Amino acid sequence: MDKQETGRRGEDAAAAYLERTGMTIVDRNWRCPSGEVDIVFLDGQTVVLCEVKTRTTDAKGTPEEAVTPQKQRRIGRIARSYLAEAGLEPCPVRFDVVSIRVLAEDRALLRHHRAAFTLDG
Amino acid sequence: MPQATVYAATITGVEARSVEVQADVSSGLPGFSIVGLADTAVQEARDRVRSAVRAAGFEFPNARVLVNLAPAPLRKHGTGFDLPIALAILTATRQIPTRLTESAAAVGELALDGSIRPVAGALAHALAASRSGYDLIGPSGALGPAQSVDGLTCRCLNSLQDLRQGSLNDAPKHAAPRSEINAPDLSEVAGHEGAKRVLEIAAAGGHNLLMIGPPGSGKTLLARRLPGIMPPLDKSERLDSALVHSVAGLDETTVLDGVRPFRAPHHTCSIAGLAGGGSPPRPGEMSLAHNGVLFLDELPEFSPSALQTLRQPMEDGALTLVRAEGRVRYPARFTLVAAMNPCPCGFLGDPERPCKCAEGNVRRYAARIGGPLMDRMDLVVRVDRIDPDLLLGAPPGEATSGVRERVLRTREFARLRGGLSAALSGAPLLNVCRLTPTTARLFSETARSHHLSGRAVTRILRVARTLADMNQSPEVLAEHLAEAVGYRGWDNE
Repeated sequence: MDKQETGRRGEDAAAAYLERTGMTIVDRNWRCPSGEVDIVFLDGQTVVLCEVKTRTTDAKGTPEEAVTPQKQRRIGRIARSYLAEAGLEPCPVRFDVVSIRVLAEDRALLRHHRAAFTLDG
Repeated sequence: MPQATVYAATITGVEARSVEVQADVSSGLPGFSIVGLADTAVQEARDRVRSAVRAAGFEFPNARVLVNLAPAPLRKHGTGFDLPIALAILTATRQIPTRLTESAAAVGELALDGSIRPVAGALAHALAASRSGYDLIGPSGALGPAQSVDGLTCRCLNSLQDLRQGSLNDAPKHAAPRSEINAPDLSEVAGHEGAKRVLEIAAAGGHNLLMIGPPGSGKTLLARRLPGIMPPLDKSERLDSALVHSVAGLDETTVLDGVRPFRAPHHTCSIAGLAGGGSPPRPGEMSLAHNGVLFLDELPEFSPSALQTLRQPMEDGALTLVRAEGRVRYPARFTLVAAMNPCPCGFLGDPERPCKCAEGNVRRYAARIGGPLMDRMDLVVRVDRIDPDLLLGAPPGEATSGVRERVLRTREFARLRGGLSAALSGAPLLNVCRLTPTTARLFSETARSHHLSGRAVTRILRVARTLADMNQSPEVLAEHLAEAVGYRGWDNE
């Protein structure tokens, strides 16, 4: 399984998990000039932009660690474009991270970090 | 509108300047920003505030949190902003009632578990709050010294958890000042009667003192006993000196109890250590010795540039640091007590042991101090090794308390006569000296034959005035002038 395939399957698993916990998925792989956001969903009134990170090995650190401050700022820029395009501002917004550590062909560990980061500075 | 304002202050020099901490919580991309010329320590408040607020059982808003520190052009530094920022956010999100922080200034550093730690400069914050008519909110550790500020109400807050009970307690009252000063006693020093008299003159008139003598002769011993024979600090002196200690982050309680500061920086002390400096600027040893004694042992070993910084405060009683981020003024009115060996080996002029130094080395050693500083030494005294018989068998000398009594009487006489002469010069100084025409003529002849500078003349007159005060004499007599001239080591060489 190549890297793209791993990532895509991880995002599918995350979306399935979120739907199962009562979230409403509104967008997948939404693109803008600043980049791409993996999943956008609604948690009640809150618009949540969700980054999914899937790893098959811990050799390069945990999946969560891959969401670096630069990546967080990029997601912030994407969020501004998304809200502007969807005409949603102002509304409550949150940034989540779903980390998936693949253990075997049919087994993985999924963690959902609510409000994983904010845009400080 | 989810906004709130809490008052705080930032320290510039020894003064705390009032700062408004405004918090705005609005929907939008979640984030936490602090604007308004905040330094790194204030920016780091974000992480401490977030953790502490959650640890205390409150909710940190998942929203756009903007904190503005006004006035914006003033540089803000220090961790004391943690508490006012947390209070402003909790008030803005209606998690605590507005009345808790109403008409109050807050200061304190947050720990991650929500507890509140005192910060340096609590006394300065207390004065600023009292000036603006606010109460002061802070941890009990910071409020002890703050209670020496008249008319200030302190509200005690030791952790953010305490906010949940909905009211703040008044801080417990500071213990009464200790009356007895615990300092080394003059009676423990055998012999050295001449040096002890000079110490008494220095204490009575606030004159600078240089002791020259071989190693181990008792210079340090004598210097440490000077603060004890000086009168205790009066109320405003206590506050001024304690303020410097407070902003430097040192314990100010002994100063608040009236004990004069005694600072003895090592001779490797840098210019910034002596005069103050750093970023943000902190007071140096000269300011910590404000209203007390600055003791410089091994004077020629200090770097010449550090010694030259002594000159401005010795004239003005204060020093001004000019830095890119602005200027700060620190008080520095101290009695300088310096000690040195007469030469690098230490035995020049000793009646028994010969000096082994080359003549050039002796000259270079003394020259490190420099004429302008030497000119400001009012009292120069030799402290020689004392006879072992005297050391082992001597009856105890006069106790500190007796000498202090005399010093107090002298100061009282000076006060009734019109105030201490240490700050006077020119015509006012001549007026209080009340020289007879004969004495004046005698003195001007002496001044001419010794090639005395104008400053030397002024300083001799001040010492002579103190000597006259010690004799309760309204006029400065020829004998007082003669003794004062005798203490000018430099001009006599």
